[in-house]
Amino acid sequence: MTNSIISLKHIDYSYEDKTVLQDVNLELERGVFMGMVGPNGGGKTTLIKIMLGILKPDNGSVSLFGKPMDRFKDWTKIGFVSQKSNSFNKGFPATVREVVSMGLAAKVGYLKFFNKHHKEKVMHAIRQVGMEDYADASIGNLSGGQQQRVFIARALVNDPELLILDEPTVGVDYQNVRRFYDLLHQLNQNDQITLLLVTHDTGAMTEHATDIVCLNKELHFHGEPEKYTSLTEADLSRIYGHPVHVVKHDH
Amino acid sequence: MLADLLAFDFLRHTFITGLLIGFIGPLLGAFIVVRRLSLIADALSHVTLAGIAFGLLLEKRFAIFILPPFYGGMAFSVIGALLIEKLRSLYHSYQEIGIPIILSGGVGLSVIFISLANGFNNDLFNYLFGSVSAVSRNDLLTITGITMIVTIIIILFYKEFMALSFDEEHATISGIHAKAIHFMFIVLTALVIAASIRIVGVLLVSALMTLPVAAAMRLTKGFKQTIIVSIIFGEIAVIIGLITGYYFSIPPGGTIVMVSIIILLLSILKKSKTTGHNGGVQHGYE
Repeated sequence: MTNSIISLKHIDYSYEDKTVLQDVNLELERGVFMGMVGPNGGGKTTLIKIMLGILKPDNGSVSLFGKPMDRFKDWTKIGFVSQKSNSFNKGFPATVREVVSMGLAAKVGYLKFFNKHHKEKVMHAIRQVGMEDYADASIGNLSGGQQQRVFIARALVNDPELLILDEPTVGVDYQNVRRFYDLLHQLNQNDQITLLLVTHDTGAMTEHATDIVCLNKELHFHGEPEKYTSLTEADLSRIYGHPVHVVKHDH
Repeated sequence: MLADLLAFDFLRHTFITGLLIGFIGPLLGAFIVVRRLSLIADALSHVTLAGIAFGLLLEKRFAIFILPPFYGGMAFSVIGALLIEKLRSLYHSYQEIGIPIILSGGVGLSVIFISLANGFNNDLFNYLFGSVSAVSRNDLLTITGITMIVTIIIILFYKEFMALSFDEEHATISGIHAKAIHFMFIVLTALVIAASIRIVGVLLVSALMTLPVAAAMRLTKGFKQTIIVSIIFGEIAVIIGLITGYYFSIPPGGTIVMVSIIILLLSILKKSKTTGHNGGVQHGYE
């Protein structure tokens, strides 16, 4: 029994003739809170899509929970909160409860209905993200930060072992970004959920994550946040492919 | 109309059919509207017209009755639906492109079939704008069958339909078979359109599927609630539309749509009034 939840070996990927990923090797260990940083167009979202089986790599192999991709069936073990959550159809007339219950649809299965147990699970997930006062509110009427919490609840309702979040804080105001990281910390520490967070926000990342990887076509760095913060401007410039000036955050 | 309802079989058939389509139209329409596919109903209704015209042509020119216009319409509608889904996957980033292609194809074929059949006749006029006297006993049985199929499938696959309509990417990742569900959905749409055409007509069938939903969405919070209110609005429009259509000898398509529009206007008025009272906290659904 391996301890790797996701194992990527020698992944190459290109869109037509533009190489986006080159020989990427990555092991995501159970229980970690991994932050993935890197420049725009560095292949972060592409790599996530490969992990989720949406894209097929040109070369290399993907294993999820110790099983090769094509034999992996337990998709409900993986919760996913996408970048797109911010641009969903805001006019969709659904309550928070309905949106979260959609996360359960696949797990409940075809030709089966939601029962009392499922409804309780939905409510539990809503409480986990602190949105219980809004359970019957319309999703379109919530703020960006609140909507983000609802989408996390939709992912949590399946009791995932791994939660992947792709740039989830885009369009969320500062106050809510803090609450958001507190929530992630809690999910990682108390609920033992392995996290993979793709973000631009390196400051918050170094504060909360247990592992940091830096992706720009190739995997340039994989280590603890302390090591990442000790990288020199020269190292970072090499990773990002252009000069980088480090701005110190005092938290 | 009540006395007439009891006296004339055809009116009873029309009225029951009206109630059935007032139910399935908005029921399916709720999913169509939230998927931003309102125009799909228009495209499919024009393909249905081509099927009807084809059936009429066979009847008139060749005295062949294998494909009565109503069933010809249904067959064409289902084929059109499948073609739209095919085009949707071919043009992945232009998901709506199938709609104008199928719509113009439907009109083109209709024109050809109609002129080959020596032009317009009264029957065709009924298909375009609906009629209170066009529903036969057989039609009623078929439409009852369609209503049952549509209702059962929507109940069975409600959660999948809803999840896919809200967020296709997420639903697919979580393991829902998007392709198969879409396929089923679009075939249902084709069936509902074919069923509704007898009463509301080709040109106005999409209105029965979208207007009640547009009105309901302004007043409701959740999706289930939206469906229920849409159906209530749909039934009100059909009942008032059929009765006034009958008394004033107007094709019911026109009256049903105008009642739907009045309901829509009232719901918009009501919403802006409530928003005013709340001090404008609502963000609305623009």
